[in-house]
Amino acid sequence: MSGVERAQSPWALRLRRFRRHRTGMASLVILALLVLFCLGAFPLALMGVDADATDLFARFDPPGPGHLLGMDEAGRDVLIRLMVGGQISLLVGVLATLLGGVFGIAIGITAGYFGGRLDAMLMRFTDGMIALPLLPLLIVLGALDLTKLGFGQEFARSGAAGFWRIVVIIAIVDWTAIARLVRAATLQIRERDYVRAARAAGAGAWYVMVAHILPNIATPIIVAFTLTVGRVILAESVLSFLGFGIVPPTPSWGNMLNNAQELVTTAPLLAVYPGVLIFVTVIAVNFLGDGLQAAFDPRSEK
Amino acid sequence: MTALLALDDVSVHFPVRRQVVRAVQHVSLQIAPGETLALVGESGSGKSTLGYAVAGLQAPTEGRLFFEGVELTKSTWPAARSKIQIVFQDPFAALDPRMPVSEIIAEPLRIQRIGSEASRRARAAELVARVGLPLDALNRYPHEFSGGQRQRIAIARALSPAPRLIVADEPLSALDVSIQSQVLNLMKEVQEQERLSYLFISHDLAVVNHLVDRVAVLYLGRLVEIGPRAALFANPSHPYTQALLDSVPRIGRHRQRRAVIRGEMPSPLNPPSGCVFHTRCPKAQAVCSAEVPSLAPAGAAGHEAACHFKTETGA
Amino acid sequence: MSRFIASRVWQAALVLLVMSFVIYSLIGLMPGDPLDIMIASNPGATPEVVARLRVIYGLDQPILYRYFHWLLAALQGDLGFSRTHSQPVLVVLLPALWTTCKLMLLSFVCSVLLAMVLGVWAALKPGGIVDGVVSLLAFAGISVPVFWLALMMILLFAVKLHVLPASGLSDIGDGSILDYARHLVMPVITLALASTGGFTRFVRAAMIETLRMDHIRTARAKGNAEGRVVLIHALRNAMIPVVTVIALSFGTLFSGALVTETMFAQPGMGKMIFDAILSNDFNLALSGLLFATMVTLFSNLMADLAYGWLDPRIKL
Repeated sequence: MSGVERAQSPWALRLRRFRRHRTGMASLVILALLVLFCLGAFPLALMGVDADATDLFARFDPPGPGHLLGMDEAGRDVLIRLMVGGQISLLVGVLATLLGGVFGIAIGITAGYFGGRLDAMLMRFTDGMIALPLLPLLIVLGALDLTKLGFGQEFARSGAAGFWRIVVIIAIVDWTAIARLVRAATLQIRERDYVRAARAAGAGAWYVMVAHILPNIATPIIVAFTLTVGRVILAESVLSFLGFGIVPPTPSWGNMLNNAQELVTTAPLLAVYPGVLIFVTVIAVNFLGDGLQAAFDPRSEK
Repeated sequence: MTALLALDDVSVHFPVRRQVVRAVQHVSLQIAPGETLALVGESGSGKSTLGYAVAGLQAPTEGRLFFEGVELTKSTWPAARSKIQIVFQDPFAALDPRMPVSEIIAEPLRIQRIGSEASRRARAAELVARVGLPLDALNRYPHEFSGGQRQRIAIARALSPAPRLIVADEPLSALDVSIQSQVLNLMKEVQEQERLSYLFISHDLAVVNHLVDRVAVLYLGRLVEIGPRAALFANPSHPYTQALLDSVPRIGRHRQRRAVIRGEMPSPLNPPSGCVFHTRCPKAQAVCSAEVPSLAPAGAAGHEAACHFKTETGA
Repeated sequence: MSRFIASRVWQAALVLLVMSFVIYSLIGLMPGDPLDIMIASNPGATPEVVARLRVIYGLDQPILYRYFHWLLAALQGDLGFSRTHSQPVLVVLLPALWTTCKLMLLSFVCSVLLAMVLGVWAALKPGGIVDGVVSLLAFAGISVPVFWLALMMILLFAVKLHVLPASGLSDIGDGSILDYARHLVMPVITLALASTGGFTRFVRAAMIETLRMDHIRTARAKGNAEGRVVLIHALRNAMIPVVTVIALSFGTLFSGALVTETMFAQPGMGKMIFDAILSNDFNLALSGLLFATMVTLFSNLMADLAYGWLDPRIKL
């Protein structure tokens, strides 16, 4: 043991492996740039550009001074809408992933740890959710009338309600993959000797889950969360595109393609920008997940 | 002196689909304070299951456990937890790879909420030195250590709540032969210093010879022979024990072929009727498949065997 | 074997039943009320008439009652009437289902074939140039939004190049096979491209794993030609997990089909459900969603059974 001065914590080792993965690092850079781009909406707004102001005389104006990418079909500035839309789409991506992910972890770890009837019941429930066709279900959930659920009229129509609605419904639909993953991992770890040692010392279910199971499934969870963000961003864009997600005037990369068929003939570039941004974001997120997976590869850890 | 640990007619059954695995059947035994009892048997004999039952990881289906005279029930187990600890076979699976050594060793204390964070750290430092590892090991992670070193860490962990009984489930089987004796010596040292008892589970009789005061032999979940080490090794009474001892190569001793055991151990899903060993026993007669033999004296004090035709020696 | 099948079928039926209740309740929460629409188109409806109508249609009853009423009728084959199409639901639904099935099957076959070729080719030399390109394309495939891909295809082939029609099943006045084919090309290719990415990655991973195994080394050592080794031995083993995954992805395929149909104005299930939800045609929406769930459940069931049959290690 002589010659080793500092402890090589598992996380330090993983960071080193990640740095070696070129596409993973590149994706991190790309995502950082994208976030910076979206944050550019703030200085732009300070300069007087309004994301929601319409000017029907300026419909489909080509790029010009003050409006670097031109105007959209309602006379709004395209560039700032791309930025604000990006903020919204990314926020939805992260929040829905976190919400659905936490729920999925809770279900998976409970089913895996306790086993027996509880496990069977939870898995039936999960399998039932998996059987549902995703997009139709999202559409129905997106079309729900909030007033029928008891919310006030004004709240139901507000932008905040629309935003949170889409976060919640995507979370409702997307937690199953994480639940299954967590359950499988929990089943494995539950049988490890160090868990048995803790139980022999009197550890209860909560302690074992928090102190042993969660830290040991952290790596596959992180990878799963990253990949989920990609899926969620795609789901939000489809929903908003179809009109059931983020509703104008609030921009989102998806709903900027709302009148796509019209755009294709009159202003094709406007149909390209939001899609390219979605595509680049999602592919970067997926490559990031791939890089993380390589860095966390359990075969290089023991 | 009351026994430290007493098992009274303990059985452990597992339902598997529509059948029942009878892992442990009607085992009664005792361990005195400061004593080492070896639990010996082949794989499938139920020794690990019994060890888990003693350590509180497996509830017995029937029978009772007594520790320090108190029956272990749901309400009394929590108090006993810190006094009964366990060391496992595979040092590579026994330590949480995400925790540094100091946390691993202090974990039983943390779970039992004994002491403060500072006192726990001090205890970990004390134990690390006790098991022969350098102090800087405290900040390292399991993957930086060899098998033998990891087993020492596991022993340190078991020692942290100052237990009175340690269940050692084949602690040497996964180690290199040269390391085995080191770890064994450590266990002996620790036992003397702390007045510990061990329930030492092993399939390796040669190892058992060094550390152990008494030996209990399990076959297919049943206790077939139990007695002081010297007596059992010199005059094994049960045919199974005799065959086990015959198979241990010893330099300078000529092989006494008493009798060869036929066949393989039956499945615990469907144990044979009467004496569980009768299907392979060279001495088997009609009564063996009909009646379960009970433990009866076989010569020396404390030496008992469960066999209708056991070899008895005059005391 | 038959007990296994029976239990899986029973489970699927149970899930379908529960989901039918869930969907029924959700549809009920959608904006609008069947009566509101009637009232809107009939100025003579006084509040008393409306109240009476409500009782007649059983709309004042608790949801469980209404659900069971619907369930009983549905089990006898009566799925209600579609308001927007003025026809019984089944009459509208079945042709749409057929259109979607055609689209799904065609693109499914294309994407599976493409994925097998690309996946196996990439697996032959992991880390090589072919592998790099294929992996990149596969990643792109799973990252691209289907509707945008459709848009770009329309932009390129219909608007810019004027080679293929942008929408519809066929041109008015021309019902020939060639015309149908022309209209199907872009939807099928779009949907196929979107699914190929995921499949390819999976085939590649399965092949790499299998090629590494010892029995492949044995086959090579025995002197078999490389092609034979790859195609017969490795592929057969790799197919087992691949079959399950592919069959399980029917659900995502359906979602993709929904979008594609909407983009290309194909009168399939997806577009039907979408339009029904938009126009509050409750019966049609409910039945459409249920059928979609049934299709997904059925394909999952087939996948389970196929896996059990293909893998000799699983005792049925």
